[in-house]
Amino acid sequence: MASETVTAGQHAVAEHAADHPHGPAYLHHHFDDVEQQRECTSLGMWSFLATEIMMFGGLFFVYSLYRWLYPDAFHIGSHHLNITLGTGNTFVLLFSSLTMAMAVHFATENNPRMTVICLGLTWILGAAFIGIKAVEWTTDYREGLVPGLNWTYYNHEEGLRELANKPIGPQHVMMYFVIYFSMTGLHAIHMIIGLILVGVFMRYAAKGQFNGGNDQPVELMGLYWHFVDIVWVFLFPLLYLIAGFHPGGLGGGAP
Amino acid sequence: MSTTTAETQGLPDPMGIDLQPEIPREHYINTDYSWKSWLFTLDHKRIAILYLVSVTVMFFIGGFGAMIVRLNLLSPHGAIVSPQTYNRMFSMHGVVMVFFFLVPVIPAVLGNFLIPMMLGAKDLAFPQINLLSWYFYIVGALIGTTALTFGGVDTGWTFYAPLSTQFAYGNVAWTIVGAFLAGFSSILTGLNFIITTHRMRAPGLTWFRLPLFVWAHYAASLLQVLATPVLAITLLALLVERLFGVGIFDPKLGGDPVLMQHMFWFYSHPAVYIMILPGMGVISEIITCFSRKPIFGYKFVAFSSLAIAVISFVVWGHHMYMTSQSAFASIVFSFLTFLVAIPSAIKVFNWTATLYKGSIRLETPMLYCLGFIGLFTIGGMTGLHCAALATDLHLHDTYFIIAHFHYIMVGGQVLAFMAGLHFWWPKMTGRMYSEGWGRTAAVLLFIGFNLTFFPQFILGYEGMPRRYPTYAPEFQVLNVMSTAGASILAIAYALPFFYLIWSLKNGPIAGPNPWRATGLEWQTQSPPTTFNFDRIPVVVAGPYMYSPEADEILDAQMAVEVAQLELQRTKAVIAQHHAENEEAGRGV
Repeated sequence: MASETVTAGQHAVAEHAADHPHGPAYLHHHFDDVEQQRECTSLGMWSFLATEIMMFGGLFFVYSLYRWLYPDAFHIGSHHLNITLGTGNTFVLLFSSLTMAMAVHFATENNPRMTVICLGLTWILGAAFIGIKAVEWTTDYREGLVPGLNWTYYNHEEGLRELANKPIGPQHVMMYFVIYFSMTGLHAIHMIIGLILVGVFMRYAAKGQFNGGNDQPVELMGLYWHFVDIVWVFLFPLLYLIAGFHPGGLGGGAP
Repeated sequence: MSTTTAETQGLPDPMGIDLQPEIPREHYINTDYSWKSWLFTLDHKRIAILYLVSVTVMFFIGGFGAMIVRLNLLSPHGAIVSPQTYNRMFSMHGVVMVFFFLVPVIPAVLGNFLIPMMLGAKDLAFPQINLLSWYFYIVGALIGTTALTFGGVDTGWTFYAPLSTQFAYGNVAWTIVGAFLAGFSSILTGLNFIITTHRMRAPGLTWFRLPLFVWAHYAASLLQVLATPVLAITLLALLVERLFGVGIFDPKLGGDPVLMQHMFWFYSHPAVYIMILPGMGVISEIITCFSRKPIFGYKFVAFSSLAIAVISFVVWGHHMYMTSQSAFASIVFSFLTFLVAIPSAIKVFNWTATLYKGSIRLETPMLYCLGFIGLFTIGGMTGLHCAALATDLHLHDTYFIIAHFHYIMVGGQVLAFMAGLHFWWPKMTGRMYSEGWGRTAAVLLFIGFNLTFFPQFILGYEGMPRRYPTYAPEFQVLNVMSTAGASILAIAYALPFFYLIWSLKNGPIAGPNPWRATGLEWQTQSPPTTFNFDRIPVVVAGPYMYSPEADEILDAQMAVEVAQLELQRTKAVIAQHHAENEEAGRGV
């Protein structure tokens, strides 16, 4: 019967039964085998990260245009950031990537205890990052440097002194801060989602769900975490370091 | 035929034997009727039905906006509504039709239903994400339509700044949130299709054995995944600007409104191809089946989808010839735009060549298909006028543009959707619709569409600008013609709604393969079971193995199966008689 079938259509011969050979519990029913499931989820995560790159890419494009148009405003704006806290935060995040990589390593080694510990360290470092960021933001708010919420810095004389003899106005520095808050804000939203995921994964790991070959979810979550990390690696120099080294921020006085 | 078909027993009767096929005992719909089983389903076919119902509702909401617009344009001074309401109505029409209807309509309904079946898979790679995409969609659509109905938006679907950020009244922010969520849904659908096509193909199903429907969806998915995030960030930036009063796109504050247009069209031009590519996939499937011929130039059609996808990323500037965009950039964008015509024309030529010497049957799906080819060609050719820098100076922001993109979006995508819906309706529901009503609606749609939009080419060429509620009196005749056409169009849209629903209970039972089509989705029962196939199919040939010889074999196989079915039933009848006789004998 099979040979006639071939000539009459694309389809074919039924060969093996649809219910796959009994795989491990974490194998979803619609996949043939563990390998297919691993390939699918890994490709899915990478594709998702591609969409994230396009999304952040839009903001980087906005940044490029306005930095090209108003380099002085970006210079002045960048001076108001606290490089010490920014550098510290960069190291915090880089360390969290290390502990995340270790968590992935211990998950492949079927070591739930160490996986939980490393995920916990990652969580603490991630939360520390958000905490430091919150300190920076509240300082900005107090200084009147948050567009839309408290933008009063340039109503004062010291603010206006900064802009003296420059071909720009306060609105251009405001553009820098809009971009600064948009980019770090979107990044922080991703960090918070990451923290929730790490928290959930700690529970799962403690229950031993990643044992017996099911370590891939940890790896994928690690990919997400590293991605958010890498975004910061680009944000840090573009936002903090473009005005040269100035520990502690500008405070007062002209640059 | 393979065992799958024999088991299902639903068969048409080519021999004229009076055998009624039966609806299979177990299929994806009757597994569970509770509302929970629908709202929490992970079955790609049920999610497709959820999408079908939701996009239909959206279509009628968007259509309502269009109706008010057309009625208002009956008179040069605006016949029925105030200019403000007019603005809100065309904005509602645009936003709903683009974000909540045209983008999801074919991928999320037909693609969701068919891609796993065409690949011989049990489901998409990520069923949960598929369901999540529907929730994103429905929440976005509800927020969007509520905002558009109560309060309204008068920016058009493009949300250009600073109009949308400073000057527009109404619910711009909420509408943007709705479009943003719909965008997420689109990303998730595209992502699912890409992974499924890469990793879930049945044994033997190589890339060049894939149906062109899958190729087209793959190309559209690449656009969905890579372009939509840029829309997301653009909408977020608009939202930030509107809510916090900052000036990312506000020239007063050093911003650049043209930047917003660049970012918006970086998504929204590829989005045009997100809307049309899946439609092209549908046409490739149906043209071959109703010509009983393999597609002409399979690889060309397949790669032209990818070529369209790639080129469409670098043509967005052709929406902005009239802005501060540099003349040199415009020249490059114009040249690249002309390039898109090549793969699009390849498709049209190859479909036409497929028809050549085919054994053509003019059934409902085929009528829609032929309509598609004609209207898409007109839409494409007039696109060249808009792509050329000099002619666009004259045509920009006139009704010529409106007519051009409606020929692509309605004449293209909507007709393709109708073609696909009719073609796969028996697969989705197990029932045939009324062929007579189907053909009537298809012909009415074609007539009504041309009567509505062809006059708009002339109006635009003569200088009638778009978006205005009033116009110069000399344009009235053509506007009345257009509105008359729109009323025919409305009937043509309403008809399928009724006869398709009627067919759910009363339509003749279709059997697994009423069109004698060759795709994998036809090798299983209609409606399919939850996991599509009883056994994983093994693919041994390319798609579209249509030929007179193959048809003869198909007919012979069907005849054999009908005979076997008849034999079974006769045996059953004899057995029953036997039993009755025995009982009667005992009684004596």
